[in-house]
Amino acid sequence: MNIENLKFNYNGKPVLNGINVDIREGEILGILGQNGCGKTTLLKNLNKNLVPDSGCVILDDNNLEEMSKKEIARSIAVVPQTNEIRFAFTVRDIVSMGRMPFMGTFDGESSKDVDIINDAMEKTGISTFSDRYINTMSGGERQRVIIARALVQNPKILLMDEPTLHLDINTQFDVLDLISQLSKENKLTVVIVSHDLSMVARYCDRVMLIKDHEVYAIGTLDEVLTPDNMDTVFGVDAELITDIKTGKRTVFLHGSTKRL
Amino acid sequence: MKPRKEHTRALIAIAFLTIVTIVIILLDLSWANWPLSISQVIDVLMGGGSSVNRTIVMTINLPRVVMGIFVGAGLAVSGAVMQAMFRNPMASPYILGLSNGAALGAALGMVTTIPLIPVAIAVPALAFIVCFATVMLVYMLSRVGGNIQIETLLLSGIAVSALLSALVSLLTFLSSQDQMEQIVFWTMGSLSKATWSNLMFVVPVISMGIILMATLSKELNAMMLGDAHAMDLGVDIRKVRIILLIFSTLVIAAAVSFVGVIGFVGLIIPHIVRLVVGPNNRILIPVSAFAGATYLVMCDYIAHSMYTITGVLPIGIITAIVGGPYFIYLLRKRKREVGWN
Repeated sequence: MNIENLKFNYNGKPVLNGINVDIREGEILGILGQNGCGKTTLLKNLNKNLVPDSGCVILDDNNLEEMSKKEIARSIAVVPQTNEIRFAFTVRDIVSMGRMPFMGTFDGESSKDVDIINDAMEKTGISTFSDRYINTMSGGERQRVIIARALVQNPKILLMDEPTLHLDINTQFDVLDLISQLSKENKLTVVIVSHDLSMVARYCDRVMLIKDHEVYAIGTLDEVLTPDNMDTVFGVDAELITDIKTGKRTVFLHGSTKRL
Repeated sequence: MKPRKEHTRALIAIAFLTIVTIVIILLDLSWANWPLSISQVIDVLMGGGSSVNRTIVMTINLPRVVMGIFVGAGLAVSGAVMQAMFRNPMASPYILGLSNGAALGAALGMVTTIPLIPVAIAVPALAFIVCFATVMLVYMLSRVGGNIQIETLLLSGIAVSALLSALVSLLTFLSSQDQMEQIVFWTMGSLSKATWSNLMFVVPVISMGIILMATLSKELNAMMLGDAHAMDLGVDIRKVRIILLIFSTLVIAAAVSFVGVIGFVGLIIPHIVRLVVGPNNRILIPVSAFAGATYLVMCDYIAHSMYTITGVLPIGIITAIVGGPYFIYLLRKRKREVGWN
């Protein structure tokens, strides 16, 4: 997926001011930035929930703007920030909605659809509660249901907006371990918008920093998460380190660099 | 694969409603100003019976019962669709100002005389047109830069509704004693004026509307999770919403313009059905259609069976008197589900 000189204005004010990025197949790309920098808006432009004012998003040689929402949903799935659902849909009801982009008006579930649905529930570990009601479940469980629904779309690209925001700390790891494993197994491209530096450092292959509505830096963890960059973009005194116990990368925060 | 719980429940609900509907229809067919026995009704339906009985059943009662079936189904399905579309448990066919729009149109038809057009056509025609125009006005008022905020839509509906209600009161106040009675009676609803020529219009419009809304069940399910969820699943929500709004309005306008304001069916029937069969619209919409039809014909039967005490009551009074307490009972007993958390 290529993003070419994408500009988006909201009420006449620029929110995204000429974004250029190549998103590579099979990678996990983290998008970081302060609140209001435009990172969520960027994500919404990647599946045409918002339409850019200029520039474009290219998916496999097709301009997203010329594709229907339904066509886009066959390649791109989304795990949104909040998953509060007030209705008593069963888990299975929700997961099966991921087949919608592939079904015509009068189609029911084919046996292939049923297989895909069961497989996704198996992978996300929710098969045992397929008859439970979604509005009675915890945030972490709901998140797994939504991830299963996204997998059922058989996406090439998975977009996640603050996927760990409302989760317990241990559940945050469970969810992202799952995503990381799925990405490796299925060559799934994942784009994660977050403001959690250590989570991004632990799970992402590449990182992009957005500051003042523009790309400030993009590249590998070592290229991008330098103390200078983290000071400029987030105002923190931080360093990218390797956790001795697990060998995983993480960001250690010493404190704020802003003086009040 | 084992049959799923909701499917079994939906089938039981439909089977139950079918039996109840048949009984209620037979009962309701037996009433004009005096009751026939059910066996006399069955005789007529089988092609026998005396000519007086034939006239009572086929000419006087059948149009009323058919009207009840289609209006009940239409109101219930439109209510179900609006609650899902706006994700709001209070949404009903009337919240967007439809009832007061139709009432204003009907009142205009009653107090003014349009040359060449008889009152019997002018009243439903004006009710239909003003009702439809009201929804379009409410919709346009709540457009902000091409987007519709649900809260704004509901609030403009309530505001416009209040304004129209005041206009109906004004017309009632200024009209003659005779017209005043007509307007008041119309706002209480009645199936009694149904004729076969009305049904030639009502039946196709309502059935087409219900079928078209039902074809968008999957999209509606996704929209119940939230607009963002629906868009992520490939639903063009702007298009789906305007189609659903147009068809639900058409159905309600067709219903109320001939029978007047019948409250509560569109609000409570979908809630009760949702408690039994769950929120999935592929099941909810057809079961609501059955339940709405049954409920309205039942209320019509009750309205007639009070004849000796009160005369034939306006059906709008019965739908609220019967439905209100039952709904309150459900709310108390199963607060969480009815209240949507």
